Order: sequence, then C-alpha cells, then structure tokens
Amino acid sequence: MTSPLEQKKIRITGPSVVTANRTWDGAVVYRTAQQGWSTALSDAAIVSTSDDARALLAESAADDVGAVGAYIAPVELKGGVVKPGNLREHIRSKGLTIDLLPA
Amino acid sequence: MYAYDELDRTLINERVSEFRDQVKRRLSGELTEDEFKMLRLQNGVYLQLHAYMFRVAIPYGTLSSKQLRRLAHIARRYDRGYGHFTTRQNIQFNWIKLAELPDALAELAEVGIHAMQTSGNNMRNVTSDQWAGVAPGEVEDPRIWSEILRQHTTLHPEFSFLPRKFKIAITASEHDRAAIKIHDIGLRLHKNADGETSFEVLVGGGLGRTPFIAKTIKPFVHGRDILNYVEAILRVYNQYGRRDNIYKARIKILVHELGIEKFAREVDEEWRQMGHSALTLDHSVIEEVRSRFSYPAYEKLPHMPDELKQAAHDPLFERWRKNSVAPHKVQGYSIVTLSLKPVGGPPGDATADQMDAIADLADKYSFGEIRVGHEQNLALPHVAKRDLPQLWKALDRLGLATPNVNLVTDIIACPGLDYCSLANARSIPIAQELTRRFANHDTADMIGRLHINISGCINACGHHHVGHIGILGVEKNGEEFYQITIGGRADENAQMGALIGPAVPYAEVADVVEDIVEAYLALRDRPEELFVDTVKRLGVEPFKERVYATR
Ligand code: HEM
Ligand code: SF4
Repeated sequence: MTSPLEQKKIRITGPSVVTANRTWDGAVVYRTAQQGWSTALSDAAIVSTSDDARALLAESAADDVGAVGAYIAPVELKGGVVKPGNLREHIRSKGLTIDLLPA
Repeated sequence: MYAYDELDRTLINERVSEFRDQVKRRLSGELTEDEFKMLRLQNGVYLQLHAYMFRVAIPYGTLSSKQLRRLAHIARRYDRGYGHFTTRQNIQFNWIKLAELPDALAELAEVGIHAMQTSGNNMRNVTSDQWAGVAPGEVEDPRIWSEILRQHTTLHPEFSFLPRKFKIAITASEHDRAAIKIHDIGLRLHKNADGETSFEVLVGGGLGRTPFIAKTIKPFVHGRDILNYVEAILRVYNQYGRRDNIYKARIKILVHELGIEKFAREVDEEWRQMGHSALTLDHSVIEEVRSRFSYPAYEKLPHMPDELKQAAHDPLFERWRKNSVAPHKVQGYSIVTLSLKPVGGPPGDATADQMDAIADLADKYSFGEIRVGHEQNLALPHVAKRDLPQLWKALDRLGLATPNVNLVTDIIACPGLDYCSLANARSIPIAQELTRRFANHDTADMIGRLHINISGCINACGHHHVGHIGILGVEKNGEEFYQITIGGRADENAQMGALIGPAVPYAEVADVVEDIVEAYLALRDRPEELFVDTVKRLGVEPFKERVYATR
C-alpha cells in the first residue's frame, strides 16, 4: 500500500486513473467515480490534477478489502476514449502480448 | 521416488487448514494486506500484474505421474490450463484466484505436494541434478542429501527468518547440471580417499543486482557433518548478514565484504564452538532417508536393441535421439529430455493436456517417474532403449520432441513484463522471436551448444549473467531496451558474461543475436569449438565490432 508520506509526494503530469488488483481473484481493476472498482478501464474515474489524484488514491487505498496495491497510473485520452498510458498498463489492461500456447 | 512419512503429511495438511483460515480472514477484512502478505508469501503466493501467482515446490525435481496429473488438474480447474516450470524446480500457476487457493493447496496436499518455502526470506527448495540417481558415474544419489537438508530446514526457526532468501543446490556428477556455483550454498558430492561420502562446500554465489560466482570454503566436509557445517554457515550469516538493506542482505555480499578466507575462518570457529557432534548424522538416519528413495526394478536389457537399430534409419528419429537422449547408469536404459521449448512457444510452459499425456507416458515408459530440470525442461529418467522409437512418436504428436536441447532455441526466460510486476521489459516474446529465427534444426545443430538466457529485470530470474548469450531487459524513457552479454556459463566452469555494448531496443534484439551467432560461425576455428570457447579465445571485441559496426 502507498504510505501517506509517499502519497504526499505524488505529482501527475497528465490524465491518470487509480488501478489495483481485486483482492479475491487478483484481477486488474480501476477505481470508479462511484467509489467502487471495475475491470473496465473505460469505467475508471479520470483525474487531471495532483490534488485530485492524491484524493482518489487515498480513498481507493482505504478499501483494502476490495482491492490491493492501489497506485496511480497514466492514461491517454484520444477522442473521448481512455487508453493505457504505458506498456505495463497496456499489458495489465489488455492481457498478455504473447500467444498462450505453443504455436 | 521418495515416500513421505506421516509427519510430513500431517505438517502439509496443517499448513493447508491454517492457510484456509488466513485467506478467509483476509477476504472478510479481518486481516489487512499488510498483515496477510507475509502469510501468503510463506505459501508461495505472489501478486503479479494480472493475478495472484502460485509457486509450488517440486523437491529435487522428482515427480510421480500421479503428482503430475494433479498439477494438470490444478492448471485446468483453478488456472487457465497451463503452468510454467521455473529454473529452481518449481512450477508456477499464473492465474489462480485467492479465494480458491486453499482448495488448490488441499488438492495438492493429497499427493504430497506443497508450496512451503517457495518464497520469503527462508530456506528455499533445495535443488538438485535432474538426472540424480540415474546419471552414469554419479558419486551417489544427491537427492538423499537434498532430502536430509529439506527435513532439517523446513520450518526450522533458524531458517525461517533469515536476512534474505537462501538457496542450496547439490550435485554429485562431474558435469554440474544443478548450477551450484550460482547458489548461496553449492554442494558437490565426492568420495574421499577412504571411499567415504564428503562434500565440497561452495558459498556466496548468486545473480541479481550484484552477481557472484560461489567460492569453495571447504574442499572436504564429511557427509555426517554436513548439517553441522551448513548450520555454522547459517549462524555466521544470521549474525553478520545485512538485514538493514535488502540489496545487501544476501550471503554473497557478506562473503564478498568479509573476504572468503575470513568468512571460512568464522564458519570454522562457529563449527568448532558448536561441537562437532550437535547435528552429526547417524549412519542409521542417513540410511533411513536413503531407504525412502525407491528405484525401479530394471530389466536386464541389451545395450543395442533391434528396435533402436531399425529406427536409426529414420533421420528425424536419429536427430532427436542424438539431441535429447542421454546415457543411463543401467545398461539398456536412457534418460530422455522433453523439450518445453517448441518453436514459437513460451519457454517452460506446459499445458494441462501435455502434463496428463506426459504422466501417461511416464507410466508406460518410465516407471511412473518424471524429472524437472533447471533449464525449464522435463525428463523421463528410466526409458528402456527398445521403447525409444515409440516414445518419440508419442512425444512428437504432443509437441514435446523438439530436438533442441542445449541448442540456441533451448532458451531460459523469466516471465518478464507479460506477467511480472517487477519487470522492466518483456522476456517471452523475445524468446519466441529467437526460436522462430533459428527454427531450422539443421542450422541449430550446426551452431551447436549455445545457451540464451533472458531476464526482464536485474533480479535475474532468467539467469542472464550466466547465459552464453545473456539478455537483460532495462527501461529507457519508458521504452523496452536490452543489454546483451556474451561468454557467461552456469556449469562447473561458471562465469559471468561480458557486456558487448550499449543496450538495444526491443525490435533489434533478435537481429543482434543473429549477428553474434554469424560472427561466431565465421570466427570459430573448427566446428567443434563451442560458442563460449570462441568468446573465451577472442574476447568480446570481434563480436562487438560486428554488432555495432552497422548500428
Ligand atoms: C513472476 C514472478 C516472479 C517474481 C516476482 C520474482 C522475483 C524475484 C526476485 C525479487 C529475485 C531477486 C532476489 C534477490 O536477489 O534477493 C528473484 C530471483 C530469482 N528468481 Fe524470481 N521471480 C519470479 C519468477 C521467477 C521465475 C518464473 C523463475 C524461473 C524461471 C525465477 C527464478 C529465480 C531465480 C533462479 C532467482 C535467483 C537469481 C539469483 O541468484 O539471484 N523467478 N526472483
Ligand atoms: S527477472 Fe525480473 S522480470 Fe523476470 S521474473 Fe524475475 S523479477 Fe520478474
């Protein structure tokens, strides 16, 4: 969990979301504006200031039973569509970049 | 095979109910993640990018067909139908749900499998040669000693809260298949002048951020004294080990900082103070453990059966036999390696269907026994030579007869950024691309023995430092880059590879490896000179020139 001290230092440079892993099954989830979790990035609450990001993270991290390891992740907004902001988040959101089974 | 006693079974079952209760309390919110984390790590449960990852121990790499079928069942019922064999004789499941983990553990416990000490700062699975007990010329079966150490260290308080994780590997053969020189403690069995079993003890090996090759601290420790001596090492480590800094906590750092001579003196002093007898093993204790390992009732078979002579006319069979079949200590039998490195496949993965089929083949052709090696391949340890042609056909249908063992496409790779939350870069797709580039088996044969190892970050789970060609994922401005080393090796002549130059982007890695291999083919002085030997003879320069001349 992100400690309060670390949370204070958080600065974001563009649109961001809060993501974590759902506690009971580990699935990737995003914090929604309704204070819940969703597996769809399109449901995520999007923040664009550091203050909002800190607030969203604090609220998310408090729900330790729902999801674990909450952190802020960058996203890209293209024509109203939310996309993961880096490769790691792309993989978390879209799944493996490889074929599961031997070709 | 090894038969567990009642004590082990009780212990395993107790652990399952304890964990069931812990998971229940976690899911109800009674335990926070901070409180739960240590408990889940003690049961092999990590949190990865997309899910929990569950690591199960396969002590000294020996599995029964019944156990392998159960692993297949776990993959099918609780995961996505496959598992990943690791470089430390474990299997990992990538998609297990926390809520279902206690059931999965309980089902594994029924066949004597557990996940104790597969993570956390304790004594990890004591690994051994995957050919233990069947390799010709072996001093004796090293698994007996792995088992003695396993029993002594499992849940032992002194080994449960170490400054950092601790790994031991044991070999009893001239050729080291257990990579003992990159372990915290490496043990090499040999006989002393009186024909008694003794150990050469190496200490302080390990990869990761600060890689070291283990050094010998005692050439001869009598078998009966081995627990005393390991205990003495652990006490010195517990006393001086750096608990304040995770990056300096491994024993390799302590050995490096104290110097091997001083470290050895400290251990000797500790050993002396303990009194040589505290943990001295009675002959009867050793024999008791030995008696729990059973060996098949081998038949008396000819060295060269007719079936094998006939099959030798089939060049595809012959290619596979020469590549994947090794001599056995008993005449008429062989050790067969099953490649989990199909062209285009993720290294070390096996599907549930493949596991079931391998279990059936083990029953039919290998006295129900399967082995797991550190190269992320499996082996059938007791195959009658007359059965080789039939076995080959069956394996080929299952995609398990790729004749690439120890060749350029037999790649060791960690899960990397496709699964791992610590990764900088992907490993598996790099491995897959390389297997496609070198898919032609004639080319791979012509290149000869060449080990490629890939890690997605400096933790070095893919052993990149000791790859003949090592590939390490790093991050540069949010992009995946890879540092490439050459000349490393993990065997009895273990050494670290040397960096050939600046890191290259994802899209260029396979080209660079092809350049390196082409340079080698042009530079080797004869076809038998292995890649590592050419690098040793000529150094990094000619390879570097070739790779960077056009970049
Ligand atoms: C995907 C989950 C994994 C995680 C989070 C993970 C994490 C780590 C970390 C943090 C270390 C460094 C520890 C240290 O130096 O103190 C390490 C070392 C190691 N890992 Fe993993 N690992 C994972 C998977 C694997 C797999 C799949 C393999 C085998 C293919 C593996 C084999 C190893 C080995 C052999 C080492 C020891 C390297 C050394 O000597 O320092 N790990 N792992
Ligand atoms: S080397 Fe790094 S990326 Fe690969 S599995 Fe280990 S921790 Fe993960």
